Amino acid sequence: MRHLLAIEGLSPTTIGELLNLAESYVLLNRSGKTQRDVLRGRTLINLFFEDSTRTRTSFELAGKRLGADVINMSVSTSSVKKGETLLDTASTLNAMQCDLLVVRHDQSGAPNLLAQKVEAAVINAGDGTHEHPTQALLDALTIRRHRGKLEGLVIAICGDVGHSRVARSNIHLLNAMGCTVRVVGPPTLMPAAVEELGVTVFHDMMAGLADADVIMMLRLQKERMTRNLIPSSREYFRFFGLDSAKLAAARADALVMHPGPMNRGVEIDSAVADDPSHSVIREQVEMGVAVRMAVLDRLSRPAVMPERLIRPAAGSRR
Amino acid sequence: MHGMSLTAVRDTLISGARVIDPASGLDQVADVLIQGGLVADVAQGLTAPDGGETVRAEGAVLCPGLVDMRAELGEPGREYRETIKSAARAAAASGITTLMALPDSVPAIDDPALVRLLRARGEETGTLTILPYGAVTRGCAGEQLAELGLLREAGAVGFSDGGRAIGPARLMRLALSYARGFGGIVVQHPEEPSLAEGGAATEGELATRLGLPAIPAVAEAIQVARDIALARLTGGHVHFAHVSTATALDLIRAAKAEGLGVTCDTAPPYFDLNEIAIGEFRTYAKLSPPLRTEADRRAVVAALADGTIDAVASDHQPRDADDKRLPFALASAGGAGLMTLLPITLAQVHGGAISLPRAIALMTAGPAQVLGLPLGRLVRGGVADLCLFHPERAWKIEAGRMPGKAQNTPFDGRAVEGRVIGTWKAGRRVFG
Repeated sequence: MRHLLAIEGLSPTTIGELLNLAESYVLLNRSGKTQRDVLRGRTLINLFFEDSTRTRTSFELAGKRLGADVINMSVSTSSVKKGETLLDTASTLNAMQCDLLVVRHDQSGAPNLLAQKVEAAVINAGDGTHEHPTQALLDALTIRRHRGKLEGLVIAICGDVGHSRVARSNIHLLNAMGCTVRVVGPPTLMPAAVEELGVTVFHDMMAGLADADVIMMLRLQKERMTRNLIPSSREYFRFFGLDSAKLAAARADALVMHPGPMNRGVEIDSAVADDPSHSVIREQVEMGVAVRMAVLDRLSRPAVMPERLIRPAAGSRR
Repeated sequence: MHGMSLTAVRDTLISGARVIDPASGLDQVADVLIQGGLVADVAQGLTAPDGGETVRAEGAVLCPGLVDMRAELGEPGREYRETIKSAARAAAASGITTLMALPDSVPAIDDPALVRLLRARGEETGTLTILPYGAVTRGCAGEQLAELGLLREAGAVGFSDGGRAIGPARLMRLALSYARGFGGIVVQHPEEPSLAEGGAATEGELATRLGLPAIPAVAEAIQVARDIALARLTGGHVHFAHVSTATALDLIRAAKAEGLGVTCDTAPPYFDLNEIAIGEFRTYAKLSPPLRTEADRRAVVAALADGTIDAVASDHQPRDADDKRLPFALASAGGAGLMTLLPITLAQVHGGAISLPRAIALMTAGPAQVLGLPLGRLVRGGVADLCLFHPERAWKIEAGRMPGKAQNTPFDGRAVEGRVIGTWKAGRRVFG
């Protein structure tokens, strides 16, 4: 694995190895120790063409805990509009001898384009409405820690599936790992032919949540209203917002997840978001750091010994 | 350099080729004598003229110079993409001797002086006749009708807003009505604008996987259906460009059966490629309209064979690397098409879908008939615009190695059979 551009195309074995490695980093992080030798002397650049405090911070923390030199570059869309192209940026980065490049961009496929031109390993931190692979990995790790497995679970992904890179990455990952995946939302927010990705589509949320093990809520952007995809946020909340009444359709021990940031009262009721017996939203953030450590670790080495992925040796690695 | 005047042209005998002229139904092995820029004779056993040249062409096909009824030129305004000189060089190497230029240049061809300018610039090349379309609306902006009468008088071959659909129904109605009075056809880019806006790929599983803004295929049929109704209402002639879907072709087939003034063309990508060509965000395969499903591609092939499609145009749209090396949705749509017009169309002959005379008709007499022009013929006494090609000669399409400046082919890496070995413009050899 040279880059992490998408979940689509990753084998269940690779996904499993990444989750196992991430699990070991959860334990490390909780122990309060660090392993700064893993990425010592390596340069990690967070290249964000789109604002995202939480994802950038998560990658920054992951890089620092592994000893990388971390640099944050926020490229405002205005400077892009002035004519600096993605490929100009790539050539700048090559000159800086960056080892790991974390990219967030509002255009689908932008990290793929960069990956063709930069020498660094590219990690997609969310591109347009395409994929957000580390989010899917952290979601899977969160579920696995609570349920002990992924295979056989029923997962309902709810809301603006059409515009969601989180949904696409999760659909690919959960299908690869043997889950049953449902998507729930109004038809105007469903991408065309989404069932071809291996999901069942529900427009009635109660039916979609019936006996679900996990409910993944997606963020609804205000722009969807102005573009007439849905008439109003109150109507949306009435039919597709997760409240305790709809939650009751799922399994009694169902997990509630959200990639954040949440629109409370739009796609999720605060009472549900903050209910510790269901919500694992805070834990997702913790898993995010561990998963990103695992991805950075894995991509920083060209060849990987499989057993190293499963049980990280204590002490020095090289 | 070759001289410009006809007197400088050497008389030439092209001997032994299979001579195909779809307009007259000619298809036989014969010799063709070119004298004074004209086809002096077509017969077997002709002898070479004194002091003239003989081109032995056994195994090759000689046909009228190709007539490309839809091509965008970088000039005026976007010379960084392509100049007329560069396009003419590529056209000559592609067997194209007449090219209809789209008007959405910078400035748009919405003034009679610009029509005359483009025609003159074509003549200056000495190798390529350029017949520009006039803009339907001023600036091709879709609002105010351009001076269609004056444009036509200056030599506009028809009217079009180029890659932009004529959106409002009232505007299209007026354009069809008014153009009819001057004998001009209206060439429509058939994509319902509100459905197509911002789209980069055909809606469906692939666009969903790639997370690309998508256009439903039905955007084409909706525009076609409306414009057929307006052609019926006005008695005008609407021509649909680069038609790419089965449902639109069904509508056009029915409209033709009804006897309406409806014609259409398509372009090689739409019968040779499907949406899979965009693969992992390959912007060189980003076209407008976008590539379609395999079922639609097959429907286009069927419509080439059954006569629903009147012409195959190059749909040449020069782009430079900076236009294309962008995230997919931001990259400019369009492919260079001149050099691939003949070989990709011949692939349908080799595949058995259409006959060789039919393929040639689609690139010669077909477009000439749509536009009502006495072009695309190979007859005794006619102007010697000729294309000589070897139908089986294999070569590989390679971006970066094609003649002319525009290298943005969606067919990069593709092996094809069929290569132009000689092009004559008014009797003068301009390629080969």
